[in-house]
Amino acid sequence: MSALLEVEGLTTRFPGPNGGVPIVDGSSFTIDRGEVLALVGESGCGKSMTALSLMRLVPKPGRISDGRVLLEGRNLLELPVSEMRDVRGSRISMIFQEPMTSLNPVLRVGEQVIEAIRLHEKISRGEARARALNLFVEVGVPDPEARLDAYPHQLSGGLKQRVMIAMALSTRPELLIADEPTTALDVTIQGQILRLLRDLQEQREMSILLITHDLGIVNELSDRVAVMYAGRIVESGNRTEIFRSARHPYTLGLLRSNPALVAAGERLPEIPGVVPSPADWPAGCRFRPRCRSAFDRCGREVPGATRVGEAHVVHCHALEEDRPVGERA
Amino acid sequence: MSGGGGSPLLRVEGLRSWFPIRRGLLRKTVGHVQAVTNVDLEIPPGSTLALVGESGCGKTTVGRSILRLTPAQSGRVLFDGVDLLSLSRRALIPYRRQLQIVFQDPMASLDPRMRVRDAVAEGMRSFRIGANETERTKRVARLLERVQLDPDQMWRYPHEFSGGQRQRICIARALAVEPRLIICDEAVSALDVSIQAQILNLLGDLQRDLGLAYLFITHDLGVVRYLAQRVAVMYLGQIVEEGSTEEIFESPQHPYTEGLLAAVPSVDPDRRGGMSGVEGDVPSPSDPPSGCHFHTRCPVVFDRCRSEAPPLFRVGASTSRCFRAAPGGG
Repeated sequence: MSALLEVEGLTTRFPGPNGGVPIVDGSSFTIDRGEVLALVGESGCGKSMTALSLMRLVPKPGRISDGRVLLEGRNLLELPVSEMRDVRGSRISMIFQEPMTSLNPVLRVGEQVIEAIRLHEKISRGEARARALNLFVEVGVPDPEARLDAYPHQLSGGLKQRVMIAMALSTRPELLIADEPTTALDVTIQGQILRLLRDLQEQREMSILLITHDLGIVNELSDRVAVMYAGRIVESGNRTEIFRSARHPYTLGLLRSNPALVAAGERLPEIPGVVPSPADWPAGCRFRPRCRSAFDRCGREVPGATRVGEAHVVHCHALEEDRPVGERA
Repeated sequence: MSGGGGSPLLRVEGLRSWFPIRRGLLRKTVGHVQAVTNVDLEIPPGSTLALVGESGCGKTTVGRSILRLTPAQSGRVLFDGVDLLSLSRRALIPYRRQLQIVFQDPMASLDPRMRVRDAVAEGMRSFRIGANETERTKRVARLLERVQLDPDQMWRYPHEFSGGQRQRICIARALAVEPRLIICDEAVSALDVSIQAQILNLLGDLQRDLGLAYLFITHDLGVVRYLAQRVAVMYLGQIVEEGSTEEIFESPQHPYTEGLLAAVPSVDPDRRGGMSGVEGDVPSPSDPPSGCHFHTRCPVVFDRCRSEAPPLFRVGASTSRCFRAAPGGG
C-alpha cells in the first residue's frame, strides 16, 4: 500500500501564554490508500482538532502553526484557498457526530445532495438527481425516491447520518474523515452505520480517518490505531499490536478500564486523576501526573518515539529505559 | 444474590405512563405517546437492576414515574410494601428521602450559582438532617471525602470542576439524605472512559459499604454486564426480557436482546465482525406496531406475531415477551 496522506509535525495553536496552547502538538501519522486509521482518545485530546486541521477548517482564533499535511506529496497547508476548497470537496470529505447540525433544516435532503454534487461537477440537475438517488440506494436509505424529497427533521438519526454519508461520498473522495460518526446513535443503529462504512470502504477502496473514543469501534473498523492524549499521539501501531500488546501506560489504562473486559465484581483498574485542560498541561510527558510508571525524567523531557514493533511506536521514557510500564499499583 | 427469596425493596407492578397528544383549538386528545406500558420490576435491597434499551424505549420515564416526577396513569410502585403512587404529596415526603436520582448531565442538575457545600447540604436541611449549619458543613466534608473529592473545595462553584468531579458532587448530594435506592439515569454515559471507571468503582464501593440498591438506566451493555445482578430490557415502552445478568448475556431469549448484544462492537482483537445487530429503525411510540411491537424488525417473525401481542413467558429464571418462549414453542 502507498501513502495517501502523510502528516508531519502538525501543530495547531490557540491563543494563550508562551506563543499559544498547542491543542494539536506535533502530530505525525500516515494513512495508506484503502486503509482505516483510527485516532482514539478522550474528550479534549485534540483528535477532532487534528481532523479540522487536515481540512484547514480550524475555527478562529486557532491556527495551524507548524507541520505539513501531504496529500500524495502535495502540502495542503501551502495551497491557495481556492485549490484547498477543491481538495475539500472532491478528495477529502468529512462526516460529523451530529448530522442535524450539518444539514440545512429548511432544504429537502435530496436538494442538498444535488447541490453538493453540482458544486464540484458541471452536470445537469436531472443527472445530479439520478446520482443522488443512486447514492441513497448505495448507503441503504429505504424508499430512496421519496426520501430525496424529505426534510431533515422527517428523518431518524440513523437516516440523517446515511444522508450525510451519501453527501460525503457524492464527490468520490479518496479519504473520508469520520468524526465520532455514531456517537449520537443508538447501539442497533450504530451497528448499521458502522457496517455501512466498512462495506463502502471496501467497495470504493477508500481511506478512512476514524475519530472515536470507543475502543470497540476501533477494533471493529480500523487497520491501524493512533492513541492521542493531551494534544499528542502517544502510541500508534497496527490494530492487533495495540489491542494485544499496547505498551504506553495510557493505552494500557484505557484498555484495562473498559468494563466490557473486566469480570463482574472485580474492581475496574482506574486511571487516577482527571484529564487536564490544555491550560494545565504539564511540562515533559503530559500523562505524567496520572502515570504509575513516571519518574523524574518524565517531568523534564517530552518523550520521543521508541519503535517496539514493525509499525508500533510508543512515546514513553519508562519504556525507553526499560523500566516496568503499566504495572498495576 | 438476588431474585427469589426476601422481600424486594422496590416492586413496580403494571406501571403505565402515557402522554396525551393534543391537537387543535380545543386541545383535543388525538392519541397517546405510549411511553411505558404495563411494566413490572423488582429490586431487592442492596442489589442492582439494569434497565436497558435504546432512546425512546421508555426507560427514563420508568425512573421518573417511580419518583413521581412524571405522573403514571396506572400501576403500583411499592417501596418497602407502600404504594408511592397512592400517597398524598405530604405522605410522599419521607420516601423522597429514601429514593434519590443521579442524571446523565451533572452540569444541568447542579445550580451554577450554588456553592458545592450548599448543593450537598440542601437536602439535609429539607429533611432536618444535622442539628445546625455547622454540623451540616461537617457532614458535607465527610460526604465529599466519601466520593473522593477534596473537602476544602466545598466553597467552590460547579463550573470549577471537571465532568467526573461534578458527577461525584451529584452522588454526594444524593447520599446526603441517606437513601436506600438511587436511580442512576445514564449516570456514567457522558463521561470519558478513564473517568467512567472511577465513577463505576465509586458506585460499587458505596453499594458494598452502605447497602444501596441501584436502578441503573443505561444503553451501555458493557457497563450493565459489569455491575448489574439483573437486567430488564425495554423496547417501545414494554419490558421484552428480564433475567439475571448472566442469563441475559449468555443465553438471551428475546430476538431484540439478541440483536442488541450482537450490535455491540467487540473489543476482542481476535473476534471482529460484531455489529450484526438489528435492521431498520425504531417505530414511533405514539403508533407502535400491532401484535408484538418488535415484529417489524424481528428476524424470526411469524404470522402470529403480527396480530397477537405476546405476554411475558417464563423461561427458567428469566421472562421473555416472545412467542418462541411460549410453552410448546408458540
